[in-house]
Amino acid sequence: MLIAIQAMTPNALAENFNTSRQAISKHLRVLTECDLVKQEQQGREIYYSLEMEKMKEIDIWLEQIRKIWEARFNQLDKVLSTMKKQKK
Amino acid sequence: MTTNTSPFDFTVDKTKKTVFINMEFAASLSLVWDAFTKPEILDQWYAPKPYISKTKVMDFKVGGRRFYAMVGPDGQEKWALQRYTSISPKTNFKMLNAFADKDENPEPIGSNWDFNFSEEIGADGDPTTKVSITIFNESLERMEGLMEGFKAGMAMTYDNLKDVLANLQR
Repeated sequence: MLIAIQAMTPNALAENFNTSRQAISKHLRVLTECDLVKQEQQGREIYYSLEMEKMKEIDIWLEQIRKIWEARFNQLDKVLSTMKKQKK
Repeated sequence: MTTNTSPFDFTVDKTKKTVFINMEFAASLSLVWDAFTKPEILDQWYAPKPYISKTKVMDFKVGGRRFYAMVGPDGQEKWALQRYTSISPKTNFKMLNAFADKDENPEPIGSNWDFNFSEEIGADGDPTTKVSITIFNESLERMEGLMEGFKAGMAMTYDNLKDVLANLQR
């Protein structure tokens, strides 16, 4: 989440996470493919930063799913209590 | 990460591309199992109101399928196809879920669903049934494909739904 605060280079990230530049680059490649991270060339270095809008979209989508399941849960709860009454 | 107190609990692990849903019902296991596996009961609760769930085909067996639509108040139909991959009666079932067109052609993106059921008898002798659902999406693109489907299928806000439920309870 370091790049949420500022754009960083893979070298700087590797130092912060005490890992290899290769490992960081692999993570960044996957994130870039998913459009969650954007890259910007500045001279010889590539700076990476978070695509905040994209992260927000995923959260909105997950919130939708939560609401759907919460609605299903409430509805099923009522169906079950009706079924129990009918059985008695 | 969103966490609610029991009996409804919804958590997301983005790193594992998985959604976890836990629910608890004051009902027996056989009743809850029926509610998840019989189309005439599924259709009573599966679609968030004002949508209506309409199951066209349901063959609850390994290799069988449920082909159903969420029908909107405007009559618009959003079809989905679920294929059962594993069934242990009253304990667990697994399925593949994908949106589809009205001719049962599924979209290439889908997700793997795993349902677990367990019953506990309380001190008062009344049963409580727990349902745990795991929804696994192979890739973020698959998740996003799903998102488009949900956006198309769900326009209603949760507040509206609460009003509807409150009115029904009166």
